[in-house]
Amino acid sequence: MLVYSLKRIGLGILVLLLAISSLYILIQAAPGDPASAMLGPRATPALKAAITEKLGLDQPMPVQVFNYLASVLQGDLGIDLKTKQPVLNTLKIHLPRTLELLGASVLVAALTGIPLGCIAAVRRNSLFDRAIGLLSVSVIAVPAVIIAIFGMLIFAAGLGWAPAIGAGEDEGFLSLLHHLILPAIAVGIGWVGYIARLVRASMIEVLSTNYVRNARAFGLPERRIIYRYALRIAVAPTITVIGIGVGVMMGSAVFVEIVFARPGIGKLMYEAVLLRNYPVSLGAVLAASFILIVATTISDILNALIDPRFMETGD
Amino acid sequence: MAGTTPTIKRSALMDGFWRLLSDPMGAIGVVLVTLLILSAVFAGLLSPYDPAAIDVPSKLQAPSWAHWLGTDHLGRDVLSRALFGGRVALSVALISTAMAVGFGVVLGMIAGFGPKWLDNPIVLAFDTVRAYPVIILALAVGPIFGAGLNTVIGILVVTSVPYYGRIVRTSVIAASKADYVEALMAMGMSRARILVRHILPNIIGPILILASMDIPVFIAAEAGLSFLGVGVKPPQSSWGLILEDGYKFIRQTYWLIIAGSVPLITATLGFTFLGEALRDTFDPKLRRGG
Repeated sequence: MLVYSLKRIGLGILVLLLAISSLYILIQAAPGDPASAMLGPRATPALKAAITEKLGLDQPMPVQVFNYLASVLQGDLGIDLKTKQPVLNTLKIHLPRTLELLGASVLVAALTGIPLGCIAAVRRNSLFDRAIGLLSVSVIAVPAVIIAIFGMLIFAAGLGWAPAIGAGEDEGFLSLLHHLILPAIAVGIGWVGYIARLVRASMIEVLSTNYVRNARAFGLPERRIIYRYALRIAVAPTITVIGIGVGVMMGSAVFVEIVFARPGIGKLMYEAVLLRNYPVSLGAVLAASFILIVATTISDILNALIDPRFMETGD
Repeated sequence: MAGTTPTIKRSALMDGFWRLLSDPMGAIGVVLVTLLILSAVFAGLLSPYDPAAIDVPSKLQAPSWAHWLGTDHLGRDVLSRALFGGRVALSVALISTAMAVGFGVVLGMIAGFGPKWLDNPIVLAFDTVRAYPVIILALAVGPIFGAGLNTVIGILVVTSVPYYGRIVRTSVIAASKADYVEALMAMGMSRARILVRHILPNIIGPILILASMDIPVFIAAEAGLSFLGVGVKPPQSSWGLILEDGYKFIRQTYWLIIAGSVPLITATLGFTFLGEALRDTFDPKLRRGG
């Protein structure tokens, strides 16, 4: 297990290095001169000269990639052309807001999806089960941008149940929470469907195993069998889904942050793109990739802990 | 396979199609997708106006007999723009899916059944591409390469190839352990021929079903990227652009939001229902979520 975990972490680090290098090569492949591709047309000639010198843009590609990798690993993601501050400082302000949103969305998805899937499995083929099945497919299908817009229009602007804009970061914990509810539901709702379906399927599998049959034969109460024993095992696959889902959730978070005018990586990137402030948007991609790699690495290790067969297949 | 006559194959396909229609979700999917395809193909005939024709004096009008879905901030007919937006959405989704499946199948087959030394680098390349969140990568890289349909398709294809590649690789490795493959190799058949003639037909069915389930994801991604300003560029039409206009002018009219979201939801729901029903009908083994 320890060997697998170390190997998995090693692979995560290798993938991160490759992801940073590939992004650099990709940008160099863009039309126009490399300094403009890195900095955007808003960059001053002085900044362009600085980056040309720092990354050795006239040097062979492997040298450039190495220089870029070295500066990124030292935390140097360039200069934010809007604030004239290092990009890392800008990311440090916005990243926690996105992480809050992602954490809350995972909670919404898990706390709603797991009970729904569990009840659907216990009442298999009932009207409730069918309704949950249809609802799961439907919420998975609706694009995040639509959920964000209608969530904001109906529940914030229309009914006034929650604030329509901002993150409430300067007004205390309760305000933070209040501002988080609608965006978290908007990001998490699609995953309610995935998790409910997954828990339902694995719950049905667990309920048909011998040890559940034995527990019933011993006369243990059905409630206890379901909630104390079966559910604990049936919930395990959810970890994989959430691990993989972090990338998609970050995409949804972009729309939600823009629609709810919430500070975060998505809104930061959107504004950076409008201003052609490329160092910020490229820094944000690297931050997002880092989060995604960490999430998938943790989910793989947790999966291997729960089910050692996972170490062999990895799929 | 060997003993299957075309007649039996055809009747099995027809049988599957009827089973698909007898599933309510499948029937709804077939109807919605058919309507969508027809409206996209005949967008030119069905559109009452040129989707790019500007008529500023009639801007932001509510629905009327003259403009069934109203007009946008430049006075363009929203119904015509929605119909042509469907054409863009479908083209992006179908081209991206076909290319992603094509590259994914080739790379997955090479990784799974090609020279051993190629397996690890290909899998590593897949993992590297999967390390980028799609929308965030598109938002950053899109403007550098120039927003537009080609960039959207490029990003969707590149980020989806690893998904298909990994599944194909796993399926090929599993299929290559079958007795018939060993028998063919013992008979001296080349690996490439075994792969293309014998393994590929056995694994492609589930891959195509998975691909059909990705079409709504690509439709949503195109709309989302156009909403963010890194997808389709005006004057071309896209459901995402209609939504973006609707969001900008939400205080003046809510019609644009409805005109952008109804076709988008119809398309994603239709394709999702169809994909789910296709999977249940033709390959229940793929069913993971129950």
